[in-house]
Amino acid sequence: MLKRLVVAAALSAMIFVPALSSRAADETPPLPHQQWSFDGVFGTYDRASAQRGFQVYKEVCSACHPVKHLYFRDLADLGYNEDEVKAIASTYEVTDGPNDQGQMYQRPARPSDPIPGPFPNDLAARAANNGALPPDLSMIVKAREGGPDYVYGLLTGYKDAPAGFNLLPGMYYDEYFAGHQIAMPPPLSDNAVTFADGTSATVPQMAHDVVTFLAWAAEPNLEPRHRTGFKVLLFLVIAAGVFYATKRKIWATVH
Amino acid sequence: MADTRPGAASRVIRWIDHRLPFVAMLQHELYEYPTPRNLSYWWNFGSLAGIMLVVMIVTGIFLAMQYTPHAEYAFDSVERIMRDVDYGWMLRYAHMNGASMFFAIVYIHLFRGLYYGSYKQPRELLWILGVIILILMIMTAFMGYVLPWGQMSYWAATVITNLFSAIPVIGQTIVTFLWGGFTVGNPTLNRFYALHYLLPFIIVAVVLLHLIALHRFGSNNPLGIDMKGPQDTLPFHPYFTIKDLFGLVVFLMVYSFFVFYAPNFLGSTENYIPANPMQTPNHIVPEWYLLPYYAILRSVPNKLLGVILAFGSIFLLFLVPWLDTSPVRSARFRPIYKWVFWLLVIDVIALGWVGFNPPEGLVVTVGQVATLYYFVHFLILFPLLGKLERPRPLPLSISSAVLQDGGAQLGRAGAPMANP
Repeated sequence: MLKRLVVAAALSAMIFVPALSSRAADETPPLPHQQWSFDGVFGTYDRASAQRGFQVYKEVCSACHPVKHLYFRDLADLGYNEDEVKAIASTYEVTDGPNDQGQMYQRPARPSDPIPGPFPNDLAARAANNGALPPDLSMIVKAREGGPDYVYGLLTGYKDAPAGFNLLPGMYYDEYFAGHQIAMPPPLSDNAVTFADGTSATVPQMAHDVVTFLAWAAEPNLEPRHRTGFKVLLFLVIAAGVFYATKRKIWATVH
Repeated sequence: MADTRPGAASRVIRWIDHRLPFVAMLQHELYEYPTPRNLSYWWNFGSLAGIMLVVMIVTGIFLAMQYTPHAEYAFDSVERIMRDVDYGWMLRYAHMNGASMFFAIVYIHLFRGLYYGSYKQPRELLWILGVIILILMIMTAFMGYVLPWGQMSYWAATVITNLFSAIPVIGQTIVTFLWGGFTVGNPTLNRFYALHYLLPFIIVAVVLLHLIALHRFGSNNPLGIDMKGPQDTLPFHPYFTIKDLFGLVVFLMVYSFFVFYAPNFLGSTENYIPANPMQTPNHIVPEWYLLPYYAILRSVPNKLLGVILAFGSIFLLFLVPWLDTSPVRSARFRPIYKWVFWLLVIDVIALGWVGFNPPEGLVVTVGQVATLYYFVHFLILFPLLGKLERPRPLPLSISSAVLQDGGAQLGRAGAPMANP
């Protein structure tokens, strides 16, 4: 019965929240633009920032949000060595099986496992979050208009609701969220994590780092893409020169 | 015959060619094929479109080897291609942006045809085959867009298939038949996948017919007058192979820029959210190359009429060779049409803008005016201009117009390249 109520509440939230949002969308201020290490033709992911971001994800976001498309082995990309990846994986328990007795069993995760999410399924996630579904974060930077700037804006955009704003119970006011009513409580507060490299854990710093991590999670092949693209374009520029010269030569006698 | 032909020295080739004249055909269609000597770079887009078709088929076949056409797995299998398949990201981004490039090329090719009257007698069937290719491309692109099974995939499939429900009496039955169920679901995804794989090969077949029709009378040209002899032509190879190659490399730079540096610029962020039948996106928009049709559809308050006009805007192109009554092909010699042509370009861009934005206020008005103009352009201005306009005198021949000495020196008419 309770479960049904939760589902009904979630469904109505999905139907009505977008309706509210389209009306209030006009008041959204422009997104704050951040300098991202992965911007531009030669952009790469700042490894130190992405590792700090992974820590923020692990210690804060992962309480509610999965990163469904990431495997522990992917973390090697962020500069962790093999042993570190194994150590990170082994702190998680995953269900495996069935074994030869036909039983499912728990074992420590291995690098080849996907990073387990906090909930067994979406309904469990909704049940634990007042009917709202915390979205998967492995694609979030690509799945939102504005990309990294939007996610950064959202994380740092919590404000007190302006006078006269009808904030529904259990909701929070965020400048950059469509409709400004967000079910997620402000996730970051100063010194919510302690960075091993001594970086001061302010909210903007943590937001910047976690967005760098999430940008990598959404587009792990950005670096080979940028590198290959540069070589391809260089080749094409030279080829264009050669072909243009050849064309001029061939056509020289017929104009 | 075979003896006099340069380059057919090999006895094996001669043996085969005697029984299967394939080399002779290539020789005739590429090496000797007379091409108007005055073709501009606007004539590059035909061969570019052919190359893009091959690129799409090749990248598509490799993607198909890794893709899972099932509602539960499609989205994740695409992500697996992006993350774990070697160069999967490149294949997918090349295919995704390739669709946009293919349409951009074909639209330029089509407007080139409109400007230079390439559809006029005797090239009516050539034009009609081109319009058939465009329709097949739209169907293929639409079904391909559904395959990643993101939010926009799902809702685009829902919106577009629902258009058929506007047909009186049998509409809903047709929609159920298209879906293979009572909503867009796994059977829909499966049949779209099968058709998305099939249609490109039908496009290849129609492209071959398009080429046969093209080679019957050869290319039109910027002057729009017929070739009158060897002084007006150049052999396709090497003159136009090198010109096409240079154009190809320039095009590949644009294409590569999108693939490597702005791969998601032309796409929708919504499509990185898995399909959710319970949640409609705030704003459903098709890919940019379908926006003008979408704008026409939404500009008409009546659903059935909107559907008829949107489809009609494409089918109207079949009639263009007979709607345009002017005997002069090239807009260069048509003082009024020369300007009216650009009104259509502006009109279609305006329709694209209308299709992209939510239908409120000014957008609706612009949409209705632009829709009206689109049909007025073809149905009223085309037949009328042919009667009202006084075309400027045509040059006597291509060579007299484009060569400095009027083509007096026949010896310069361009010979096939000597054998290396």
